[in-house]
Amino acid sequence: MRSPSLRALSISTVAAFCVALSLVFFYAPIEAEEGFLQKIFYLHVPLAIVSLSGFVIGGLLAIAHLRTRDQRWDLRSYVAIHMSLIFGAAVLLTGSIWARASWGHWWVWNEPTLVSFLIIFLLYATYQPLRFAIEDPERQARYASVFAITAGAFVPLNFMAVRLSASYVHPRVLGSSSNLPGPMMLTFLVSLGAMALLFATLCSYELAAKRTRILLKARSRILGFQ
Amino acid sequence: MRVVGALLRKELLVELRTLESVPGMALFAVTTFVVFHFALNQNTVSGQEAAGILWVTLLFAAMLGINRLFVADADQGGFDGFLLAPVDRSALLFAKALSLLAYLFVLELVAVPAFALLLLGPPLGQALPSLLAPLALGDLGVAAIGTLIAAMTVRTRARDLLGPMLTLPLLVPVVIGCARASAPLLQATSGDGGVGPGSLPLRWLGTLALYDLVFGLIAYAVFDFLLED
Repeated sequence: MRSPSLRALSISTVAAFCVALSLVFFYAPIEAEEGFLQKIFYLHVPLAIVSLSGFVIGGLLAIAHLRTRDQRWDLRSYVAIHMSLIFGAAVLLTGSIWARASWGHWWVWNEPTLVSFLIIFLLYATYQPLRFAIEDPERQARYASVFAITAGAFVPLNFMAVRLSASYVHPRVLGSSSNLPGPMMLTFLVSLGAMALLFATLCSYELAAKRTRILLKARSRILGFQ
Repeated sequence: MRVVGALLRKELLVELRTLESVPGMALFAVTTFVVFHFALNQNTVSGQEAAGILWVTLLFAAMLGINRLFVADADQGGFDGFLLAPVDRSALLFAKALSLLAYLFVLELVAVPAFALLLLGPPLGQALPSLLAPLALGDLGVAAIGTLIAAMTVRTRARDLLGPMLTLPLLVPVVIGCARASAPLLQATSGDGGVGPGSLPLRWLGTLALYDLVFGLIAYAVFDFLLED
């Protein structure tokens, strides 16, 4: 499988972000209660959705790796989880800023979505320590895949458990109360698309870099460099 | 089934002869209650606080057992011997999970009375039968996740560090369920103003049971891949 060309992906990401940001700042109406502050919603929620999807995709790619024993699936799974982890840090940061601005605290415990996200983030933060504590490359890939599958299944379950445990404060975007007015919904969807494109682009870059490094190592071994 | 029985017998026999895990876990739990007494500067606790202390202590004590679960097999060639035998590999998962379940049972046999004696304000007698349900469901979850993570981390370089780091986030939903389910049982007065423990919240038991089931199935599905070399 060849990934779409990096240049096309990069250009479409930049274009999508330009459109999304201009929609956010010039088209979407100012929200009545929260005012200008609500704009962070168009950054925070797409980040969170993309990051969580990335974790789950990492688990699915890990299943592909265990079924086919093709190391390339493991590389893809690693890159997806790595990138989701970086997006996850951004989610916690933007969520914290939003919480501070709208509820007055940097961290709010009775807010299930943020708390579940933190737990998932902490779990995935152990992915790399686990992976790199195993020397044998084949076993490293296999164990990392087992972890990715377990953790991928944990993502929805954890959300369910934490949501049960707390009262609802978080604005529900997708779900029963998905009644955003039209312009806001459009802006949100465009932002989500832009964020997904950004994720795909960054993943492709990392994959390309990793593949080049593997190739370089193999070549220099053939030539006798160490 | 016969294989699981044989492996379980071997596990329990080894534990009985070496006494490596269970006494340490029980002693750790009792010591932790003493630490909680001084750290909180309280003679008795009740309600949500009591449930929290009980479950955090049980969880950390269980972590000691989880960390040691596969160490002998990894260091002394138990894995190689098992892989040479013509048996289903999931048998090892079941045997280890059942032995961990047995360790947890003995741990709670010591820790729950010790908790009632040392820290718990309201008498335990009335609440005990209902408390058995969250204890059992919590143990199942800890056993399934603990066995999987123990197998995953035992042959890594930093296994003592990685084990708890991976297990704790995965067990957060178990702690939520168990602590919420047992909190009303450990209350001095029930919610409706009467004296005695409140009723058992069934919603939490359902969540716990679902979580145990899903992770049991996941552990069963992926365990084979951890044992391939």
